[in-house]
Amino acid sequence: MIPTHLREGNTRIPSGCAIAGIMDRTGTCHDGTDILRSIALMHDRGNGLGGGFAAYGIYPEYKDLYAFHIMYESREARAATEEYLDTYFMSEKQERIPTEPVASIKNPPDIWRYFVAPHPMRLNMSGLDEAEYTMQHVFHINGKIDGAFVASSGKDMGAFKGVGYPEDIGEFYRITDYKAWAWTAHGRFPTNTPGWWGGAHPFTLLNWSIVHNGEISSYDANRRYVEQFGYDCELQTDTEVITYLFDLLARRHGFSQEMAAHIMTATSWDDIDRMDPEQAAFETTLRICYASALVNGPFSVILGSDEGLLALNDRLKLRALMVGEKGPMTYFASEQAAIEIVCPDAENIRSIEGGVPFVVQLDSVAERKRNESAENRPAKEKPYHHETGVLPRKRKEA
Amino acid sequence: MNTPTLPRYKVLRDADACINCGVCVRECSHHVHQVNQKTGALVARHGQCVNCQRCVLFCPTTALAIDRWPQVDSGSANWTLKTMQDIAKQADTGAVLLASMGNPQDYPIYWDHLLLNASQVTNPSIDPLREPMETRVFLGSRPDLLKINEREQRVLTQMPPQVKLDVPIMFSAMSFGSISLNAQKALALAAKELGTFFNTGEGGLHQDLESYGDHAVVQVASGRFGVDPHYLNTGSMIEIKIGQGAKPGIGGHLPGEKINAEVSRTRMIPEGTDAISPAPHHDIYSIEDLRQLIFSLKEATLYRKPIAVKIAAVHNVSAIASGVARAGADVIVIDGFRGGTGAAPLRIRDSVGIPIEFALAAVDQRLRDEGIRPKVSLVVGGSIRNSADAVRAIALGADAVSIASAALIAMGCRQCQDCSSGLCNWGIATQRPELTSRLDPEAQAERIINLVRGWNLEIKEMMGGMGINAIDSLRGNRLMLRGIGLSDKEREILGVKCAGE
Repeated sequence: MIPTHLREGNTRIPSGCAIAGIMDRTGTCHDGTDILRSIALMHDRGNGLGGGFAAYGIYPEYKDLYAFHIMYESREARAATEEYLDTYFMSEKQERIPTEPVASIKNPPDIWRYFVAPHPMRLNMSGLDEAEYTMQHVFHINGKIDGAFVASSGKDMGAFKGVGYPEDIGEFYRITDYKAWAWTAHGRFPTNTPGWWGGAHPFTLLNWSIVHNGEISSYDANRRYVEQFGYDCELQTDTEVITYLFDLLARRHGFSQEMAAHIMTATSWDDIDRMDPEQAAFETTLRICYASALVNGPFSVILGSDEGLLALNDRLKLRALMVGEKGPMTYFASEQAAIEIVCPDAENIRSIEGGVPFVVQLDSVAERKRNESAENRPAKEKPYHHETGVLPRKRKEA
Repeated sequence: MNTPTLPRYKVLRDADACINCGVCVRECSHHVHQVNQKTGALVARHGQCVNCQRCVLFCPTTALAIDRWPQVDSGSANWTLKTMQDIAKQADTGAVLLASMGNPQDYPIYWDHLLLNASQVTNPSIDPLREPMETRVFLGSRPDLLKINEREQRVLTQMPPQVKLDVPIMFSAMSFGSISLNAQKALALAAKELGTFFNTGEGGLHQDLESYGDHAVVQVASGRFGVDPHYLNTGSMIEIKIGQGAKPGIGGHLPGEKINAEVSRTRMIPEGTDAISPAPHHDIYSIEDLRQLIFSLKEATLYRKPIAVKIAAVHNVSAIASGVARAGADVIVIDGFRGGTGAAPLRIRDSVGIPIEFALAAVDQRLRDEGIRPKVSLVVGGSIRNSADAVRAIALGADAVSIASAALIAMGCRQCQDCSSGLCNWGIATQRPELTSRLDPEAQAERIINLVRGWNLEIKEMMGGMGINAIDSLRGNRLMLRGIGLSDKEREILGVKCAGE
């Protein structure tokens, strides 16, 4: 048993890693075979202390409900969590996630999934929108219920992760049984911990999932920035704080994911000084306002969401990340070989440039975005869906 | 009746080395060195010496040195020579003891208990000679979120005014009157060259320095000297001075003999009158009054200049800073108890206030706890001695640091703490033309520029070692600090882990 003081959340753990991602922009779903082969090739980039996958489009029959993947270390933890879920959510279905015994996977936790909707009355009383409400309760379970950890909490998506090499974790979770339009994978090389199931990656929050390779040197500056907005950095990991930055910028402040990524890897002052005055003023204002959202130090990340995948490297390009394309498919991996093993004739293979986000959107999302306003609309300015949808429209005074 | 008092210093002259050139006689405004009319030999009046070291450094044969007066004290750790000299002085005069510069007492210097981090293996260090290393800082209030048009690359939110610093170091307030015009001009020249700011203090802005308005912070203090719309609009930022680290709760007093024609015109007061700054602003007896002054100044400058409020680091500083932020300040300047001054009551300088390290850590955390940290920028001063202090301050949460003593030391100051006499041999804290002419603004500006450039290079090296290439990522990044030799409570306030943790 790992001493709890060495777990993520009680200490800060730098790790190196392998990451990979595969997406079909048409939204056609593929099983987990390719992502498994891709990440397995990069076996040596992990050390068996963490592996995992995120998959989008796997629960089409429940796509309007939040799918919670929760890991339990004890029966008491499950009892406490289910009581909590019963209070704040309405559960459509709950079941153990099917797993396969794998020789190298020791002492797995009890892993369940729940398809839930926020309790309508409590949601109304909370004054929060649905996403914020769900996020706060996920924070509560992870922070306050001992032995329970929410591995993922988005809609029509899920994370499958644990302690082991990613290929073994994939087999354990039977990921070849799931079909998704986007897959991401992670093999972990933590440097000073025995590894913990909750601490494996991808890290997720609502529909976000992040796989990340690197160690950000701006961690504490970023952490203390997002904590002002109510994000609890319980795990003390880079991935967690990067996810919160995306959530803050893209969901709460309403920027496109690309703009959020741009803010986190802001244009250098040298480049800004060479721009024409209007462009320079725009970039300068972004940097001034979001100075503490700048992410520094080596990192490569693949961000998954209901829109698609986004790959991002630090400004100086201190970590490897490659991309290749074939028809509607886009492949990302830390190493080129991990792309070529699943798509030998991939085209446009190149490395992701430092500080330049590489965005792949579902065709349907791209179509919708084309017709949307280019002005960001912060979440708090949008009418709550549950209010506009459920309650009678407010009557205008005659 | 005055009892005879012992001199503080003894002037040692190496008779073999001395060539009787008389440089020491000419250089000393305190008339320590005299020629014995009968023998022609040089003699010293030790009691006049303040240890400014002008004669020592200018002696062409290095024949001079200053030592402590060799008299032993009573052996009591309680009634030391210094303690008894102070008593004798007050028994003579019945007056408040005056002193200058910052608190010299042996209190802990917390900067020296904070160690910096560097990258090894898991995270590469960055070479500032190969990669861009950004030290540019903006001061001003930030909106919680920005509204933009992404396609047109246009900002829709009205941004509050900002000032740009190319180095995270600015010069603290020192007025013309407390320092010479040449000294202030050296700071202005250096600020322009470095892309940073000097601060007029409450002495007004001399007309010769108006052309440096783009690099000037103009101060509004309780005496309101030199304040008019032209003054406010000439500066780039306005600083309301509530307090000063060297003398929190105390006003200022520039004696009439220092108010010559130039000082008189710049301060807008009659020549030869005492310039008295009251302890409080008599239109600010509460936080809501401060808000009115802040907005009066914003109105007077059409909301185009950030308004800073300078407070001294005192016990309740975090609650005060929170109130100041909510009162509408764009920048909060905190001055620690080691901050210097031209003149302060000795007991106040040595006993009032708290270390800037604690004040900064507490204020930054408090503003974050209240979710209003982006509303204000934080500038701290009060004995930033070197680039590592600046890095520590930024990692604790400051946006920028301000220096004054260090800049004066670059210009020659030896910290003799005799500024209030107006006899500064280095031409800094004096208005006497024969002394101020010793300070060449261009030459001294060059020295200040060298100092700050040197510090900035060192800051870049330290940031690179941490794997950070923009100062934005150092700000408030307390994981880059570890405490050594600190109690748990001290580390808790500073928000840092212990070395080895």
